[in-house]
Amino acid sequence: MSLTELHLALLAGAPRHGYDIKQEHDSWFPDTRPLPYGQVYATLARLQRDGLAEVVETRVDGGPERTVYALTADGAVRLRAWLAEPAAPTGAGAEEIVRKTVSVLHTGIDVAGFVARQRAAHLRRIRDLQATPPGAGPAERLVREHLIAHLDADLRWLELATELLPSPDDQPTVRPDEREPA
Amino acid sequence: MSTVELSGVSHAYGRTQALSDVSMTVEPGEVVAVTGPSGCGKSTLLMLAAGVLRAQSGRITVAGTDLAGADDASRARFRRREIGLVLQFGQLVPDLSVRDNVALPLLLGGHRPADARAAADGWLERVGLDVAPDTLPADLSGGQAQLAAGARALVAGPRLLLADEPTASLDATSGRALLDLLVNTTVQAGGSVVLVSHDNAVAARADREIRLRRGTIAHQVALS
Repeated sequence: MSLTELHLALLAGAPRHGYDIKQEHDSWFPDTRPLPYGQVYATLARLQRDGLAEVVETRVDGGPERTVYALTADGAVRLRAWLAEPAAPTGAGAEEIVRKTVSVLHTGIDVAGFVARQRAAHLRRIRDLQATPPGAGPAERLVREHLIAHLDADLRWLELATELLPSPDDQPTVRPDEREPA
Repeated sequence: MSTVELSGVSHAYGRTQALSDVSMTVEPGEVVAVTGPSGCGKSTLLMLAAGVLRAQSGRITVAGTDLAGADDASRARFRRREIGLVLQFGQLVPDLSVRDNVALPLLLGGHRPADARAAADGWLERVGLDVAPDTLPADLSGGQAQLAAGARALVAGPRLLLADEPTASLDATSGRALLDLLVNTTVQAGGSVVLVSHDNAVAARADREIRLRRGTIAHQVALS
C-alpha cells in the first residue's frame, strides 16, 4: 500500500489535521496496525513539500495547536491517477509464513507441529474477523472480507506446501554432517 | 459421556484404505471441523459417524449407542432420532415436495403430518428458502437444495449435526448465514456439530480442528 497516496485519499473528504487523519485511517482499516502519529506528520510534511497538500488553517481548541491540511489541485490529480491504476497482484514475496514454511521444508523440523500451529493461528484469525462488530458498515465488512480472503489463500498455499513436505514419519532432511560448525 | 467416540476405526473400499486406526471424540456442545485434502477420508469418517456406513473394524458410539454393532434398521432409526445430516448436494428425496422433504424426519418419527409440515414451514423460513412449499427438488437450484437440507437436518432437534461441505453450493453470505444457523441452533440446544469441509471459512467456525492425511489423523488443534 502506498502511504503517500493513502494520505491523499484520507484528505480527499475534507481538510484534516494529523490526529484526524490517524483516527480516520484506523477506522478505515480496523484490523491492521494503527497508523503511528510520527508517520502521519512525516507524510504530511512530504505532501506539503511536494505541493500535493497545503496548510489551510491552524486551530487552537483549548488544546495543542493543530495544523489543518487540505489537498491541492496537484494532490487531487495524483490521487485520481493512483486510483486509476489497478493494485499490483501480489507475487512471490518473502512474508514470514513463506520463510517459515520453506525453512520447515528444508529442515524437516517438527513439520506436523508447524502446520498445526500455523493453521490454528490462521483459523482463529479468520474466526475473529468473521465476527463483524455490531454497527460495522459495508466498507468495514469489505475490508475484513479482504483480510479473510488473504488468510484463506495462505492456508490453501500451506495445504499445497504440506503435500510437498515430508510426511510426519519422514526423517528430517538435515543430517549432522550438513550442520554449520558450532 | 462424549457425543461421538471413535476408537481404532478403519474402513476400506476394496483395496483402497480410506481410514486407518482413527480414534477421536466429540464432546457435548462442541463444534469440530474435520479437514484435509481430497481423498483423506473425511467424508468416510462422517458417514461412519452418521451410521450410513458400517465400520469394518473398531468401535463407534454416538450418544452412548454402539453404531458398529447395530444392524441397518437400528442405525436408520437412531439416525432419524438423534442425527441431522447435511450433504453437499442436498440429497433430497426427488418425489417429495420441499416441505415434505424437510418434514420427513418428523413424519417417519410418527409425528402428526400437520404438525410436521408446520414445523417444516418454520424451518424453511428460518433458512431463508423463498420457494413455494410444494416445489419439487428438481426445480430447486443447488443452493436452494442445500438450504432445504439444512432445514431438514434441524427440524427434529438433533443431538449430533453432521455436515459435509454444507455451504459449497451457496454464496459467501448465504453460506455463512446457514452455517451460523446450523451451529448456533444445535449448540444452544446442547448438541454437537461435526463439519467436514475444504473451506477454511467453515473450519474457522469450529472449536477444534481434526486434520486428516491419508486416512489418519495428522493433527488436532483447539481453535477456541
